[in-house]
Amino acid sequence: MSVELELRHDGPPLDFAATFPAGRITALLGPSGSGKTSILRAIAGLLRHGRQMVRVDGEPWSDPRTGWRLPARLRPVGLVPQHYALFPHLTAQGNVEMALQHLPPSLRAQRVRRALALVQVEELATRHPRELSGGQKQRVAVARAIAREPRLLLLDEPFSAVDRGTKRSLYVEILRLHEALGATVVVVTHDLDEAAQLASHLCLVHAGRLLQSGATAEVLAHPCCEEAARLLDIPNVFDGQIGTADAGGQALMRWGPHTLRVADRGPPRGHLRWAIQPGNVLLVRPDKPWDSHLENPVDARVLERVDLGSDALVWLTPAGLENVRLQMRLPARALRRFPVRPGQEVTVCLRAADIVPLRTPGEQGA
Amino acid sequence: MDWQAILLSLRLAAVTLLVLLPLAIAVGWWLAVTPFRGKAWIEGLLALPLVLPPTVIGFYLLVAMGSHTWLGQLYERLAGQTLAFSFTGLVVASVVFNIPFAVQPVQRAFEAIPPEIREAAQCCGLTFWQAFRKIELPLAWPGILSAAVMTFAHTLGEFGVVLMVGGNIPGETKTVAISIYDHAQAFDLEAAGQMALLLLLISLVTIAVSYGFVARLMQQRRAA
Repeated sequence: MSVELELRHDGPPLDFAATFPAGRITALLGPSGSGKTSILRAIAGLLRHGRQMVRVDGEPWSDPRTGWRLPARLRPVGLVPQHYALFPHLTAQGNVEMALQHLPPSLRAQRVRRALALVQVEELATRHPRELSGGQKQRVAVARAIAREPRLLLLDEPFSAVDRGTKRSLYVEILRLHEALGATVVVVTHDLDEAAQLASHLCLVHAGRLLQSGATAEVLAHPCCEEAARLLDIPNVFDGQIGTADAGGQALMRWGPHTLRVADRGPPRGHLRWAIQPGNVLLVRPDKPWDSHLENPVDARVLERVDLGSDALVWLTPAGLENVRLQMRLPARALRRFPVRPGQEVTVCLRAADIVPLRTPGEQGA
Repeated sequence: MDWQAILLSLRLAAVTLLVLLPLAIAVGWWLAVTPFRGKAWIEGLLALPLVLPPTVIGFYLLVAMGSHTWLGQLYERLAGQTLAFSFTGLVVASVVFNIPFAVQPVQRAFEAIPPEIREAAQCCGLTFWQAFRKIELPLAWPGILSAAVMTFAHTLGEFGVVLMVGGNIPGETKTVAISIYDHAQAFDLEAAGQMALLLLLISLVTIAVSYGFVARLMQQRRAA
């Protein structure tokens, strides 16, 4: 089921409009306090104030023009709140059974067992929430949310309180569940890796507004503006000047003493903010015969190198741009073959396709 | 030992509890979940019996139950006797005087339920009454139990309001507290002492058992 949303309220500020595609996992990614949870609560029918338009598969759930608001209990929604909100006086089984009160008692037990089995916690059926670990609570909360076979599953930072190993196995569970149920899933998170691993559709939210939405891979590769780049944890955001195009019609950008080809569909001439992912800054090995095939080569000096397990972060200062810090991420195995150390002169390649022009704040509404 | 007074006090405490507890649950829940302007005034009004001298409350209740007021006249027409100096009048006074002892623990208990729990109940598709009966009441149970025990014990020992509104009619309004006072005035210290000790024991046992029970429940909840 597709979800169309238009939300507005003043405290905290929210001015959000988006459509979540049917049958897919959409991640709402944004910093704490950006309004992600309010968006989820509006879909679930729990947000009381503000102007809300929620339409699901064309059917109005909230309509500010008519004042219609489908009560939360009648919405076919399964919600997993951030801290799970399990009923502390009931066992895992009792918690799941609470979502099945519309069924005759004889049918409930079977549905409870099935829901608990789907999240692999059948053996915990008789335990109370106080006897469960964070990951187990999370699974029971998911079982409760899916027991009613909702058309829409809403997960509010569901993995924030579990350790890394549990988190990874829960990602797998959620993806399996999504496969099995075919429900539309909306996940709220401030964890970029989580969003990238779980969601096929990504919405970037900042200060109550939608910055960008689209296929996850597309959004991750092409942030639309500086805020989006910051949300995607891209530290390489710089100023350039778009000048005349080259003989082939490709736009050229001046970056200090360097001239870079830009693949974007013709950014306007003049000042341009642009970004490049650290992983897309490519180290040029001097022993390879690149000749003229080398795209946008930039000479730089290594300032610092920090090894982070399987990766290393390297900070560079490009020639003629003493105040600029360009971050490069390299696999550790590449560094073993071609080690770099502070003070070393290197050449890096910034491919035209990886240079992402950003909208300036004034253009963001465009 | 004035068994008639003791039984009357127990009956008064039980009837007060039966009348007041459902009201306290309704009002306590409403105050816990409803933000509105002037709430502090309502809460202050309900807490007044905590700070006013019992004789002041007793005086106003006595005036309100008099045969010149609509309440007094209505009761006289229905029951054929005055509301003041009757067991029913005593129940009314006892209910009024115990309002803060019943409402406040219930209100705090409902306030302690996280809003996410109520929202989770809504998202489970529970109706208001289902959520209230299956989620909120069991979670607020320690507070409700405290309210019941406080009300019961407080009614057993109440003196000033009872004396003002009920007087000292054996079998009708003479409670154990009044009886102790009577016996002490008559220098029958042995009877007064026995009844005081019985009252002390009943109150202590009731409160200790309920506190222990509530503490155990809260410990389990905190662990959750």
